[in-house]
Amino acid sequence: MEKFTFTEQQDTRSGFGAGLLELGHSNPQVVALCADLTGSLKMDAFEKAFPERFFQVGIAEANMIGLAAGFTIGGKIPFTGTFANFSTGRVYDQIRQSVAYSGKNVKICASHAGLTLGEDGATHQILEDIGMMKMLPHMTVINTCDFNQTKAATIAIAAHEGPVYLRFGRPKVPIFTPADQVFQIGKANMIKTGQQVSIFATGHLVWKAMKAAEILHEKGIDAEIINIHTIKPLDEAAVIASVRKTGCAVSAEEHQRHGGLGDSIAQVLARHFPAPQEYVAVDDQFGESGTPEELMVKYGLETADIVMAAEKVIARKH
Amino acid sequence: MRFESYLRSMKDIPELQRIASQVRRDILRQVHAVNSGHPGGSLGCTDFLTALYFRIMQHRPNHFTMDGKGEDLFFLSNGHISPLWYSILARAGYFPVAELNTFRKLNSRLQGHPATEEGLPGIRVASGSLGQGLSVALGAAQSKKLNNDPQLIYTLHGDGELQEGQIWEAAMYAAAKKVDNIIATIDFNGQQIDGPTENVLSLGNLEAKWQAFGWEVLRMQGNDMTSIVTTLENAKTYTGKGKPVVILMKTEMGAGVDFMMGTHKWHGVAPNDEQLKQALSQLEETIGDY
Repeated sequence: MEKFTFTEQQDTRSGFGAGLLELGHSNPQVVALCADLTGSLKMDAFEKAFPERFFQVGIAEANMIGLAAGFTIGGKIPFTGTFANFSTGRVYDQIRQSVAYSGKNVKICASHAGLTLGEDGATHQILEDIGMMKMLPHMTVINTCDFNQTKAATIAIAAHEGPVYLRFGRPKVPIFTPADQVFQIGKANMIKTGQQVSIFATGHLVWKAMKAAEILHEKGIDAEIINIHTIKPLDEAAVIASVRKTGCAVSAEEHQRHGGLGDSIAQVLARHFPAPQEYVAVDDQFGESGTPEELMVKYGLETADIVMAAEKVIARKH
Repeated sequence: MRFESYLRSMKDIPELQRIASQVRRDILRQVHAVNSGHPGGSLGCTDFLTALYFRIMQHRPNHFTMDGKGEDLFFLSNGHISPLWYSILARAGYFPVAELNTFRKLNSRLQGHPATEEGLPGIRVASGSLGQGLSVALGAAQSKKLNNDPQLIYTLHGDGELQEGQIWEAAMYAAAKKVDNIIATIDFNGQQIDGPTENVLSLGNLEAKWQAFGWEVLRMQGNDMTSIVTTLENAKTYTGKGKPVVILMKTEMGAGVDFMMGTHKWHGVAPNDEQLKQALSQLEETIGDY
């Protein structure tokens, strides 16, 4: 097989910033709110271009979520920006009551998700956010894999009526999806077809899964790689069709094993096509300080871990 | 656009008092019917909400839209006084009065705490988990400014609710951002579930607190219809001047029913058959029970 290549490396949060700026130009109803992390979220370009539609709320995330819910009354499309930890766990009840239960058209945009936030440590490395958000009725949950996809997703969610959680990250990662892609919420991306194992990856783990497929190929294993950028609503048809063909699954995510993408995959398989599955995820632990690279190795979220999981799950097939 | 319902409903004080009497009956009958709900705070805030919906606000009960463009909006942050709000909304024409019969029952639009999920006209955000309404109202207020909509935002909060930190995040924000198209009202009844606010967690000097946060502070007797109408009209003159406005509204929990007043015991307890009869005997049926 041909090796996967990328054009350059860029952070997904910059994709969000670029998408938001473009939305500022194309959609006058879009407003942005930020809780004192404008630079980190790459919202400064929007702030500069559209100061009357940018709202600096200070270090007050609960108020920010409530404000966003209020902005929808009158037709605005609010995008909130802060770290994933402060976008979810800190404001869970505000999101639950004022946004999700109230059916508000709020876009909760969360950067620095997962271990790859790095040296700041476990206080900031949220690994439970996908679980919390996907449990909320009405909520759409998206975790994008590179700059281009994050930009496309940012633009796409503005056109989607309803609350959305958009998760992205801090480090520079390969750009391998097309710049001109149209982001379809809820539609899985087939990256490589294969016959022996289905690898469902999300976010930063998608590129690592692609690299794992190359290694597996050298070992004579033909892996299918699917990018699940939308965790909810999950593309169940894509999951079932793939596993029906390969007979086993690996899920890969920068998140706790409990409550993440893997559990969503497992639920679909249990209901429609029971099959062995292995998880590449954080195993019920908090993170710690370290470089993103060191942390991904220590917590088992590397290419090598995906390769091992694939071999293990293939061995479990009847 | 003309506010037909508004013009039609410029009620004088005696008429407002007659409506309030009927609303109090509605509250008691709703909570009695399902043996649950919160009569105390509902009765205490009845006069305020009656004046707001039947005299002060410019709104369109018969043409409810979520966006509420071009009309005044009200947000109830202390959602547990839902039987009051439901009665007011029904009596103002947002939905059929007979629907009050469904309060807190299965498959009803009248949930225990106000919600948008079932599509009840008049409600724009869910409330019940306390402390969130001011933030939402401020967002709606800033949305109005972006839309060049000159109408006002009104809110109601419990005093116990002020123990929630988010209220003060919102209070700080409103003054800093000069959100001056909002009139917030605090139901200052001094009671909460576990007892007098002073004993549970003292609010200290509330007037000084709001002033220090940069708000224009007014005081009002919340069970005196004349005081309410005068103060609310006065409050409007403070809007548009760069500062948010808050009214500390002194009320009596359980107001209108003698044995429910002066105690926190009727915060979340429904009257039994005998108590209902006794309570209703003190409140004239002015418009007709549902």
